[in-house]
Amino acid sequence: MSRRLQPVFALLLVAVVIGVPLWLVIATAGKSQGEAVDPDLTPPSEWHLLDNLRQVWTDADIPAALLGSLLIVAPTVAIVLLLGSMAAWVLARRGSRLTAVLYALGISGIILPPAVVTVVLLLRQLGLAGTAVGMIGVYVGIYLSTVVFFVTGFVRTIPESLEEAARIDGAGPFAVFRRVVLPLLRPVLATATILICLYVWNDVFYAFFVIGGRIDTLPLNLFQVASAGLYLNNWHLIFAYVILMSLPLVVVFAVAQRRIISGITSGAVK
Amino acid sequence: MTTAVETLAPARALPSARPGTIRRRTHPLWFLLPAYGLLLVFFFLPTVFNFVYAFTDWSGFKAEINPVGVENFTQLTSDGTLFRSLRITVVYAVLVAIFQNVFGFGLAVLLERDTTVNRIARTFFLIPVLMSALAVGYIFQALLKSSGLLADTTWTIVVVALIHAWKWMGLSMLIYLAGLKSIPLEVTEAAHIDGASRWRTFWRIRVPLLAPAVTFNVATALLGSMNGFDIVQATTGGGPARTTEILNIFIYRTFGQGLFAQATTMSLVLFLLVALMAFPVVYVLRKREEVL
Repeated sequence: MSRRLQPVFALLLVAVVIGVPLWLVIATAGKSQGEAVDPDLTPPSEWHLLDNLRQVWTDADIPAALLGSLLIVAPTVAIVLLLGSMAAWVLARRGSRLTAVLYALGISGIILPPAVVTVVLLLRQLGLAGTAVGMIGVYVGIYLSTVVFFVTGFVRTIPESLEEAARIDGAGPFAVFRRVVLPLLRPVLATATILICLYVWNDVFYAFFVIGGRIDTLPLNLFQVASAGLYLNNWHLIFAYVILMSLPLVVVFAVAQRRIISGITSGAVK
Repeated sequence: MTTAVETLAPARALPSARPGTIRRRTHPLWFLLPAYGLLLVFFFLPTVFNFVYAFTDWSGFKAEINPVGVENFTQLTSDGTLFRSLRITVVYAVLVAIFQNVFGFGLAVLLERDTTVNRIARTFFLIPVLMSALAVGYIFQALLKSSGLLADTTWTIVVVALIHAWKWMGLSMLIYLAGLKSIPLEVTEAAHIDGASRWRTFWRIRVPLLAPAVTFNVATALLGSMNGFDIVQATTGGGPARTTEILNIFIYRTFGQGLFAQATTMSLVLFLLVALMAFPVVYVLRKREEVL
């Protein structure tokens, strides 16, 4: 393709492939109920975007769902990163057959699907059914493998001499991990944070089984109101909800775009 | 040859024995305990339960759970549900893998040069990756509702696979871009000096060197879509006439009806399907990498 045509074509493609669906969200979220019954690409005759956002915020009880999401995402990310990198550090540094087997087991969760039905039974037996603790445990179980995979690969690129210097000064394994290794892991942990936030923040499938009907998260709330109650075919409210739910991710993306891109690609091509 | 290796082996074993004992103190195995404890309880134990409760009559209608042998399997195979869901899941996964990779590769090639326009365009193609899959499903349901594309018993699965690929093509694009960037300039220059045309250099030199990116993209697209739920649920809910009912939709539906044992059985089937497909897929793609 000629150099002059390429930018035109690229922008045209963005406009059609990405612009049209995004415009549908914004236009429909700006319409009145009557206009939005059959969603199409026409602009609203009068913009009601702020009214609609306000209505969803109160009617669907978004503050409660937002709180639920934060209550689950924050501890999940903290636990999965800390325990995952502890394990990954030892797995990367010890070269025995046992650790090789443990590593294979540890990353098998990247591929294997979690047992969503029986996990409900297990949580019931543990007295954790429908609780935030149970949900956090399930997410940690699912995403530990991702952290172990990324961090083990990263630790192998760090020279061990840095640890040895601290060890000669008399630091024990925990002190070495906390003061030397953990700070060095910052780039890979930043990547993992973003990926896991993305997965957990948007998840509706696992949340439905574990905490459905007990604790609301943003996607779960959207799912319930859109498929059954209040919003069935109220497209202007569904899309107002979509806008509100996506805002935090858009902000994160705007701040950390470069990190996200390098993170997503780093594990893949090597 | 072999004797040389054998005589060398003990000599090598000696110095490595000491660091091994040191490692026990400097990198203690108890660091693995918290992570592997949680993995065991919340990941492996439910998986083991899958192999147990698929052979029971566990349901939402009574308190006790009794073993029933392979009754769930015979019931699900005799009414055709099992193979139907399996077939739909595999067809969906293959379609997604094809579309996502073709789109992602096309975008990577189109937007390869680091110009301002291309950078902006890449950012836009990443937006769907960040969005909730549920939201993506609702957007396309609204967009396509009046066209009838989501109500065709033959073609709707293709349309839903296209939507799934639309959401994730930005990710494939990024990985192909990284792959293209990792090819050293000397390689393409050498081909050029040898008189290869740009077209030929592209298909015979650069594309084969993308093998690792292809491996990653095909594997993640296949496995990710076999484990899919949100997009199908939000666009068709499994319809029309259950022609897009992939395994996770079936699990969700039967679980909601209180038929826990059937849901568990299908969950086990999904586990086996992914496990069985993962190893050959990764193996074949890795082999291809080695050959190239």
